[in-house]
Amino acid sequence: MPILRMKATRLADAQEAWNMSKIVNRVLVASAALVLAGCGSGPTPSADPSKVTGDVTVFAAASLTGTFTQLGEDFEAAHPGTRVRFNFGGSSALAQQLNQGAPADVFASAAPANMKQVTDTKAITDAPRTFVRNTLQIAVPKGNPGKIAGLADFADAGRKIALCAEQVPCGAAAKKVFEAAKITPAPDTLEQDVKAVLTKVSLGEVDGALVYRTDVKAAGDEVEGITFAEASQAVNDYPIAPVAKAPNAAAAKAFVEFVLSDKGRAVFSAAGFENP
Amino acid sequence: MTRNRVRGRLPVVLVLPAVAGLAFLLVPLAGLLIRTPWTSLSTLLSAEVGEALRLSLICASLATVLCLFLGIPLAWLLARSGLPGRGFLRALVTVPLVLPPVVGGVALLLVLGRRGLIGEHLDAWFGISLPFTTAGVVVAEAFVAMPFLVISVEGALRAADPRFEEAAATLGASKWLTFRRVTLPSVLPGVVAGTVLCWARALGEFGATITFAGNFPGETTTMPLAVYLALETDPDAAIVLSVVLLLVSVGVLAGLRDRWISGPT
Repeated sequence: MPILRMKATRLADAQEAWNMSKIVNRVLVASAALVLAGCGSGPTPSADPSKVTGDVTVFAAASLTGTFTQLGEDFEAAHPGTRVRFNFGGSSALAQQLNQGAPADVFASAAPANMKQVTDTKAITDAPRTFVRNTLQIAVPKGNPGKIAGLADFADAGRKIALCAEQVPCGAAAKKVFEAAKITPAPDTLEQDVKAVLTKVSLGEVDGALVYRTDVKAAGDEVEGITFAEASQAVNDYPIAPVAKAPNAAAAKAFVEFVLSDKGRAVFSAAGFENP
Repeated sequence: MTRNRVRGRLPVVLVLPAVAGLAFLLVPLAGLLIRTPWTSLSTLLSAEVGEALRLSLICASLATVLCLFLGIPLAWLLARSGLPGRGFLRALVTVPLVLPPVVGGVALLLVLGRRGLIGEHLDAWFGISLPFTTAGVVVAEAFVAMPFLVISVEGALRAADPRFEEAAATLGASKWLTFRRVTLPSVLPGVVAGTVLCWARALGEFGATITFAGNFPGETTTMPLAVYLALETDPDAAIVLSVVLLLVSVGVLAGLRDRWISGPT
């Protein structure tokens, strides 16, 4: 968990540095344009009330790191003068930070339960909206050497199977799926997180595993995904909402709308998320 | 009398950092003990905890035995043989200390895993597969803990006076006899210190174990793994587990110390 958080922070730092360089570029371009246009010619274009400017601070679940980073860039391009800053981390840790009064504009959680922690304390008063769904998928090593055809093969003690431990979200979801399918799995290991499961799959140490669809997609060529019907029994909704005391309320609303827009959907689909 | 005078002259430049060092090591421990929910202790101690503790103690002890069998000869080789490139070898031996344990676990998978360099043949020829087995836990722990033993024993060997061994040789003792009856007894404190370090490190091992051997209750779930997973949902239970592991290990080490190491302390 601390490793994950550190990684997310580092990513956020890199993101920030990158954004900074972009802003510097933009300022340079803008000043050059000003010089070319000649001085003293202009009415200022800030009269438009719908204009969104300034910093937007987004607290988002670690599993959204890739998609939100891209959406942040797209948002900045669509709304010149804005800068999106991310704090990626475990949803429960982010919810606690929000409840401690962390100055954020938007919260995107990987689970409704963590969103509820924040709406319960009225740190968020707007109704949260589901923007993506994630479902489980069977992950097998390239070429499927264990010849896994479906969920039923997870009950075979002869095959090597990795699952997430029940204490972590992907393990809880897997448990739900097996209960719905009335299958008693015979796992050889209960891993501490999705990444550890994927390591075992990509190295070929296990024949099959259950992880989120987006994880299979992110794992690259060494891992293949198999969709199964019972996955619909454990759909994980990701809710998003502007924070009640958002320092930049207008931009917060605009960012939420942007995430829910068609453009946002396209980014999420490409990463393997399902649209609600 | 003499002793008192020496004690009276304890230099402040040593005592102050020593006390600070002691506090630095013990205060986090105190923090853990203060936060321990003593009242709900019994409810948090389930059968699974006992199983994890038993597995931890067995695996750490087996790993230590493995380290002794392989590590003492290796230390002897590094300290006494005229092997070329010994300095480089000595540096290589410490690699598992530097390596993040998770990386060590991946490295073990690449060699001893089902598709690993050696593991592939173990699986094909003998049907032996180490990952996800208790034997895998022992291997992972030994990999991470062995450098502690090797370095301690090697240091002791290099500090020991080789003239005793030479004397034994002139009296007609074979190299093996000399090693057993002269060399080993002379470096025994180093061996004991190394063994203790090795066992303690193996007992606390987490990263390499969960990466190489996985996590399954009763087979590969040792106490550190149980603590980590408990932390995900129930921090109180995680603290209780850590305290249990701490108390048991301190108890074992203190008990051994009284029994086996009766030197001046």
